Amino acid sequence: MKSLAITIDSVRKTYGTYIALDDVSLDIKAGEFLTLLGPSGSGKTTLLMALAGFVRPDSGKLLLGDQDITRLAPNKRDIGIVFQNYALFPHMNVLANVEYPLVLRKAPRAEVRKRAFEALARVKLEDLSERNIAALSGGQRQRVALARAIVFEPRVMLMDEPLSALDKNLRETMQYEIRRLHDDLGITTIYVTHDQREALIMSDRIVVMNSGRIQQIDTPQRIYNHPSTRFVAEFMGEANIIAPGLVRRIDGVDASPEALMIRAESFHLDAKLAGRDGVALEGTLRAKAFRGENWLLTLVLDGGQEVLVCIPAALASGCAELATGQSMTAFASAAKVHAIPGART
Amino acid sequence: MADPALAADARRERRFFLSLSLPALFIVGLAAILPILWIIRQSFLTTGGEYSLGNYDKVLSSGLTWSALVTTLELSFGTLAICTLLGTPLALALASARPRVANLLMAFVMLPLWTSILVRTYGWLVLLRRDGLINAALTDSGLTAEPLPLVYNFTGTLIGMVHYMLPLFLLPVYAAMRDIDANLIRAAASMGATLGQTIRTVILPLSAGGIFSGSIIVFIYTLGFFITPAVLGGGKVNPLSTRIERTLSTFQDWGSASVLGILLLVVMALIGVMFLAARRLLTRNGAAHA
Repeated sequence: MKSLAITIDSVRKTYGTYIALDDVSLDIKAGEFLTLLGPSGSGKTTLLMALAGFVRPDSGKLLLGDQDITRLAPNKRDIGIVFQNYALFPHMNVLANVEYPLVLRKAPRAEVRKRAFEALARVKLEDLSERNIAALSGGQRQRVALARAIVFEPRVMLMDEPLSALDKNLRETMQYEIRRLHDDLGITTIYVTHDQREALIMSDRIVVMNSGRIQQIDTPQRIYNHPSTRFVAEFMGEANIIAPGLVRRIDGVDASPEALMIRAESFHLDAKLAGRDGVALEGTLRAKAFRGENWLLTLVLDGGQEVLVCIPAALASGCAELATGQSMTAFASAAKVHAIPGART
Repeated sequence: MADPALAADARRERRFFLSLSLPALFIVGLAAILPILWIIRQSFLTTGGEYSLGNYDKVLSSGLTWSALVTTLELSFGTLAICTLLGTPLALALASARPRVANLLMAFVMLPLWTSILVRTYGWLVLLRRDGLINAALTDSGLTAEPLPLVYNFTGTLIGMVHYMLPLFLLPVYAAMRDIDANLIRAAASMGATLGQTIRTVILPLSAGGIFSGSIIVFIYTLGFFITPAVLGGGKVNPLSTRIERTLSTFQDWGSASVLGILLLVVMALIGVMFLAARRLLTRNGAAHA
């Protein structure tokens, strides 16, 4: 299957005074799995729908390979889409849904059937081909939607929060399956989600969006460990943004003058684990919560700032005995302290 | 083991809600079922007060009855055909319009419903007469040399009936189309469907239920339609309804009128059953394949 690169060039979309997309530019490599991640209202779905052709940008250009598709009708774009609510045709059974794009293309009857069953086999649904949509579970509907989106060998695949309606365990299974499907087919995929973990697990690259703007484009590891803005740092997990003055180096040297980001799970309660060039934060314990795999402690620093400290259950033998109000110190190794340029605490 | 007191509470609750339907049941019984029973009895009574099949013999052997039945069916099917042809695209336009535009258009569609049918029927008379507004405009502009026979005939009756029925047909069709998930239409387009293909393979099958409801409403109303054929038909369009009226007012023949009424009821029931059967058949095929 031939996949194509996508170029998004200063695309802008406004609804009245509301700016949904603020001159967004983005290059997506052929065969890449790219995730648009952001809170609701960040513009991620608008961008996806602009690529699909259902949202007409005010200005800017969209390229599929070398082809300008900015003004191309949606049905001419050859893009496979998986919708949030699956958008399966309720008046057709599983097979008819998957055959639909091929029937539209007037492919010969035998070929239609053969390719539809191949697509159903890819999502392990051959046995349910005669089922009605209403008789399928959420996960099965999701697979039908996937089969229907890949059966006509589109050049690009768009997915709009396809797993948000599934329960947690099924969601995790489907994350791996969708990624495996992508790797098998090598099809350029743009995936929209508001779930950080999902984005980290599935993507080659993540685009973090907020208020119609791209905040950062990077690999999952870089996005998580080296966020370039305060928004990305806080959106990607339990992040503490701390003024440098509040951080004391264990060996006595002051930390950098910029704002620092330390993830809650980077802290240790044992100075030895942080190493010689680590940092220390002193405060009093305000609250503690047991979360199964870890404990979440809320420390208050001298200046009144709250710091979240997450201790894995395996290392937290003493946490149950901690009393709120007691003073304590949290340590982090220097490698886990990340400076955020321009961010203020 | 269920607690008998709790079960009794549940029963009392169910009985209370069922009892709320009693006033409506009472009225239906009084206003619909009793008169029908009375009509059935009348149909077997001769003018002399004896029970016989004489009325049936007289009515069913008369050519006028059968031509009235044909006229009734022609009017009903004609109205339905035109309502379907006009109403389905209109419902599609309304359903795909922006909410503000849709509400405005809907107000125009509903406006006739707020006017008395008598007023509207005579309004059509003003428009369609030989010297009416439409014929005056046509002859004055030279489009036609002679005024067109638009009223006091089948055409005029059909125009009046379509005008009355269109909003009632439109409502269920529009509701069905508006309820179609917009993502289904987007999905069809993303897979390569043209607008025409989307309408044929997604929108129409999914609004078939609404089209059926609309069609049944059109039938039930038009089979018994009286005022419009009486006013706009000019005595030349005589469906069963006007036959019944004439049998009563001119001949005071309650027996024959009752037979005609029963005939109308039977036709209505037959067509209703046909519709339901067709709907079941169509939805089953629709579910199997595009």
